Amino acid sequence: MFKKLATGAAFALAMIPAASYAAGGGEQHITDYSFSFEGPFGTYDRNQLQRGLQIYTEVCAACHGLKLVPLRTLGDEGGPQLPEDQVRAYAADNFSVYDAELDEDRPAKPVDHFPENNNAGAPDLSMMAKARAGFHGPYGSGLNQLFKGMGGAEYIASLLAGYTGESKEEAGTTFYQNTAFPGGWISMAPPLSDEQVEFADGHANDVDAMAQDVAAFLMWTAEPKMMARKQAGFVGVLFLTVLSVLLYLTNKKLWAPHKGKD
Amino acid sequence: MSGIPHDHYEPKTGAEKWLHSRLPIVGLLYDTIMIPTPKNLNWWWIWGIVLAFCLALQIVTGIVLVMHYTPHADLAFASIEHIMRDVNGGHMLRYLHMNGASLFFVAVYIHIFRGLFYGSYKAPREITWIVGMLIYLMMMGTAFMGYVLPWGQMSFWGATVITGLFGAIPFIGEPIQTWLLGGPAVDNATLNRFFSLHYLLPFVIAALVIVHIWAFHTTGNNNPTGVDVRKGSKAEAEKDTLPFWPYFVIKDFLGLAVVLVIFWAIVGFMPNYLGHPDNYIEANPLVTPAHIVPEWYFLPFYAILRAFTSEVWVVQFASFVTGGIVDAKFFGVLAMFGAIAVMALVPWLDTSRVRSGRYRPMFKWWFALLVVDFFALMWLGAMPAEEPYASFSLIASAYWFGYFLVILPLLGVIEKPTAQPATIEEDFDAHYGKKSSAEATPAE
Repeated sequence: MFKKLATGAAFALAMIPAASYAAGGGEQHITDYSFSFEGPFGTYDRNQLQRGLQIYTEVCAACHGLKLVPLRTLGDEGGPQLPEDQVRAYAADNFSVYDAELDEDRPAKPVDHFPENNNAGAPDLSMMAKARAGFHGPYGSGLNQLFKGMGGAEYIASLLAGYTGESKEEAGTTFYQNTAFPGGWISMAPPLSDEQVEFADGHANDVDAMAQDVAAFLMWTAEPKMMARKQAGFVGVLFLTVLSVLLYLTNKKLWAPHKGKD
Repeated sequence: MSGIPHDHYEPKTGAEKWLHSRLPIVGLLYDTIMIPTPKNLNWWWIWGIVLAFCLALQIVTGIVLVMHYTPHADLAFASIEHIMRDVNGGHMLRYLHMNGASLFFVAVYIHIFRGLFYGSYKAPREITWIVGMLIYLMMMGTAFMGYVLPWGQMSFWGATVITGLFGAIPFIGEPIQTWLLGGPAVDNATLNRFFSLHYLLPFVIAALVIVHIWAFHTTGNNNPTGVDVRKGSKAEAEKDTLPFWPYFVIKDFLGLAVVLVIFWAIVGFMPNYLGHPDNYIEANPLVTPAHIVPEWYFLPFYAILRAFTSEVWVVQFASFVTGGIVDAKFFGVLAMFGAIAVMALVPWLDTSRVRSGRYRPMFKWWFALLVVDFFALMWLGAMPAEEPYASFSLIASAYWFGYFLVILPLLGVIEKPTAQPATIEEDFDAHYGKKSSAEATPAE
């Protein structure tokens, strides 16, 4: 049954190049991973973001770019928070950018952005975690997103860990079966394999763990100010609640002379 | 103003008299802020203040956002991310503005439905109602154009679909669409004019808000009983009313503060919940999103737009009668604008002489059904255009028109209203108990 659906969907995919952008629909399986940044008090796990950065650099960056993310923000609070010299070294060691003044390429500096990269036709990943929703419905009610979140990071992690190992060729393109991708067949080859990336602290590096790490990192690239935002949200809610209580008491006292009872 | 007898501003010092004889602005502000207000207003009456707050919030955050935004098809998307990443507090400003639009519409819908239930549109408040409807239309235009500015996929395709509606007008549709877009398709010219108008319209709204307030300050507020304030003497009027300041200002601020707790929690903890993920993908004219869905506040009317397909007999009839000039697409457009038009015309469609729905036993149920219908349409607008949703949409749309065009005119004739209180004071006392020492000092 699934295979039939998937084949049908893949056919549609081949017909409409646009469908690779489609969010929702199809037989998707999204795992509701538990991320540290979920909920009103959730925060990014700095170590996880650093691992995610490493995976991005060693694996994803081969085909994808992060053109909207300034390299300097790697040192920002509420992010991977690399020390300044490491940011500098990371930029210079990994990327080179074209400098219009010098009219030549030079090693990247913290003021530069992660370079754009669409050599393989791969989409930019800067906003990916916000541009996809892992959860939908039920019945168009939006309740799943209310309780589980939009599920962008869950979608990315599920996708990276969702390859079945099947592949097929259609119109000269190889498609790989993936349980998270809408339609079930994706043109991106499985990017991760167990123990592909070595972490300095010896952290688990199976596909599932790495998928979550890089999904967390991409959540940060999409929403770098999340922790500041939640902080502001918490302070604001607290302040407004106090204000509401004060206004309630003021209002009650103000109206009391005009009301008979209470 | 308001025809309700009350104390007016009296300049006392020499300087005050000097100014007052030249420009009575202090007196105008005094009379506006001290207007006698029916003392039985309930909590449904706080949304006007919430709306005023929303307008101010959107204008203030919007003006700052404009300082960092670039209205160009190639740069707009990145400039929004510049605001989100590089501008101090930019992410909060942007999320406040984005969700502020949603709060604005939550407030305006409650405000409108409050008016529909308590008969606030009835004589002598028709002008207030019509101006309010104009404000609502302007709000929709402003929100629609604002949603285009981030130049994401939904921005682009939403603009394409909505401007396409004008293209459905027979004969002159296509030139109008081209004129609106500034070219054959949504492009940089469209973005620029939408940006310009998105900045302009809020100030037009602000002016209309002043007219709106002016109108109901002339007639006086409606109230939950719909019974008029006694205007025979100042003493009599004071039994029915309390001055707006401080009684209703404090009460409204309390309501606003509670609403803002929820609003701030959404902005802080789930700012993208009401948005669409596709709008975080930069606009691409070559790639159509799988589902083009407008923002939630347009969904009820979007559902009406889509409900009238060529299979519906009314559409076929209209097409036959007009010799094919009114096709399904144009009919849908007419239905969508018609749905708002019938709401705007409600002062003349409702034949009942009783204002408040409280005293209308049959009306109550039809009104409740209208509220359910509104939510049903909102849900249907987000569902794909296929069965069974298409049939549901048609039924829900039919009820929307039926309510205004058939039920309201008929109810006024067949319904037997229940007894209304003689005065606002009576209603207030019935609720809060009679106060022995009614001589409370009005605040000076």
